[in-house]
Amino acid sequence: MKELSLIAIPLLAAGAAFLWPNERTRPWLLPVAGGLHTLLALWLLIDPPALATGAWFGFDPLARAVLPMVSLLFLVCSMYGVTYLSIRAERKNRVFVTALLVMLGLLSLALQAQNLGLLWVAAEATTLVTVPLLHFNGTARAFEASWKYLLVGGTGIALSLLGSFCLGYASLVGNGHGDLTFTSLVAQGASLSRPWLITAWVLLLAGYGTKMGLAPMHTWKPDAYGEAPGMVGALLAGGTTTMAFVAILRVKQVVDAAGAGAMTERTLLAFGLFSMFVAALFLLTTPDYKRMLAYSSVEHMGILAVGAALGGTGLWAALFHVWTNALTKGALFLSAGNIRRAAGAQTADKVAGMAWRSPASARILIVGILAVTACPPFGVFFSELKIILAIFLANHTFAAVAFLGCLLFAFFGMTRLVFAIVDGRPRNAALATGQKLRETPGVILPPLVFLAFSLWLGLATPSLLREVWTAATNLLSPTP
Amino acid sequence: MGGTMNLLIGLSLGLSLMALGSSRLPSIIRAAAFQGMILGTLPLLLEQEFHWLVVAVAIGTIVVKGFIIPNLLRRALRAAKIDREVEPLVGFVPSLLLGAAAVIGAAALGNALPLRPEHTGTLLVPGSFATVVCGFILLVARTKAISQVCGYLILENGIYLFGLLLINSTPLLVEAGILLDLTVAVFVIGIIVDRIQREFDTLDTRKLTTLRE
Repeated sequence: MKELSLIAIPLLAAGAAFLWPNERTRPWLLPVAGGLHTLLALWLLIDPPALATGAWFGFDPLARAVLPMVSLLFLVCSMYGVTYLSIRAERKNRVFVTALLVMLGLLSLALQAQNLGLLWVAAEATTLVTVPLLHFNGTARAFEASWKYLLVGGTGIALSLLGSFCLGYASLVGNGHGDLTFTSLVAQGASLSRPWLITAWVLLLAGYGTKMGLAPMHTWKPDAYGEAPGMVGALLAGGTTTMAFVAILRVKQVVDAAGAGAMTERTLLAFGLFSMFVAALFLLTTPDYKRMLAYSSVEHMGILAVGAALGGTGLWAALFHVWTNALTKGALFLSAGNIRRAAGAQTADKVAGMAWRSPASARILIVGILAVTACPPFGVFFSELKIILAIFLANHTFAAVAFLGCLLFAFFGMTRLVFAIVDGRPRNAALATGQKLRETPGVILPPLVFLAFSLWLGLATPSLLREVWTAATNLLSPTP
Repeated sequence: MGGTMNLLIGLSLGLSLMALGSSRLPSIIRAAAFQGMILGTLPLLLEQEFHWLVVAVAIGTIVVKGFIIPNLLRRALRAAKIDREVEPLVGFVPSLLLGAAAVIGAAALGNALPLRPEHTGTLLVPGSFATVVCGFILLVARTKAISQVCGYLILENGIYLFGLLLINSTPLLVEAGILLDLTVAVFVIGIIVDRIQREFDTLDTRKLTTLRE
């Protein structure tokens, strides 16, 4: 019942938001729904319900390992959203607020889906509902970004439907019932038709990999993150991509159970390292600090894929990294959004001296960049350290070297750009004479909360979360 | 039954290739619409006895793919005031050749993959893969938004064709594929809204300049 409420509360709130008459008070529905959702998610985290066998959805160990994070991310972003929408009062927010709440409901559905078909429906609907969020600013650039997002994301999601069909047919050819519930697919194991299984894995990895933003299917990401409001970027980078990652993990579980584990490991490792490489290259050259966050997200999706490829401790570390990365990214997206509003531009040739114009946001951005490039004692450091240890344990020396090299170049690239926009004199004379941006608690506290989460996860990872990640790892790769 | 179905699948493949070789947007739309209608009738041929769910899928598919989406696309065409793809990224003849190569590749792939006994001898698998690839070529090789949407539509038709293999075991999932049509609808609405907005924008800017000294 509680797991159903996780889906129903945001959707009901979305309905209320759509009917709500007042533009000024409507955004408050976001933190209200987000708060209820978080309470429920934490309750379920502490006291997980029994899982009905054969059910189409349920709060299984994997959902338990990531859903509370999405909930927290949404709650903090929604608090930011109230202030943000009051600053941007010139834009109508009915569709925006509704779409955000629907997105939360669909993410809760997708993360809990125990059936490949239901998972696909939720993922497809999430893709559609993201479009108005990206188009919030209503500019020609925003239109272009949402167009590309829909084109690339839509193709990806279409491929994942084809992949789901192929997996269903693999079950039929193997004399199964074509039942797409994960437990029954896993139970069918090696009797799934091997050629169809491989076809399905390729298509599903390409499809959900597009949603996750693995290179070379990441092309929608810089445009979308560059043009969307900061809080939408944070939710995409921490919520939607997590959903896609969970989808890949669930499919991997099926393919592994059918005895093709070596293939999934190799492909995920290759995609992961390639994503990190591509992201590092672009991070070294991009002049745009919002697009930089997108490439950083591509990099971290690569890290997740590498962790998942290793299984066992690597997978455990990847789940840890899902939390640290998403919550740290939250701080980055929100502070970058503040800086974007203060500076009126988002490339290094137009923006400088932000330490003077928006001191608090600039400081949060610097600390956030250090946190996300794995400086201790932030969470990302510990999760990446665990992944590197897992790579060494698996004797992939070349992969470890490539992994560390990409991290190093990403660090160079990101610090280069961030200090370029933070230091120096304000570039634009007109802006320099203007007043400082008013950095109210409403736009400063949420990113600070994210940084605090990141620090907390690093310094004192709660033992409850450790247990939950272990349970999810045991579910996905039974052999330790 | 198998013969009629293969004939229809072959016809729909021909329509994909026609879309690849055509420069006029209305004929691409027409090809995609015809293909949708042909595919819509297939579940009826595949099924021995009439099941209301299958009939519903067939009617829904024909209405959405054959009428609603093409009509939306024609409206977008009028709003955008274009009817020709002038500078494709990949020319029409090369895309046709690529499409033909896709058909051959799909046939080879279809032979390599194992089938259920009731599906042997049908062109469902190669037809589906070939249509998906043709749609994908159209999607990436054209620059006009409307041809890209038609490419997406054809890609989606290919997926629907594959879904027919599963229509008995998971009819709901196959029906859920209709959500992809929703994606297409969002695309088209996007084009229309964008055109309208641009017109409003220009009006607004004109107003702003008149108010200025």
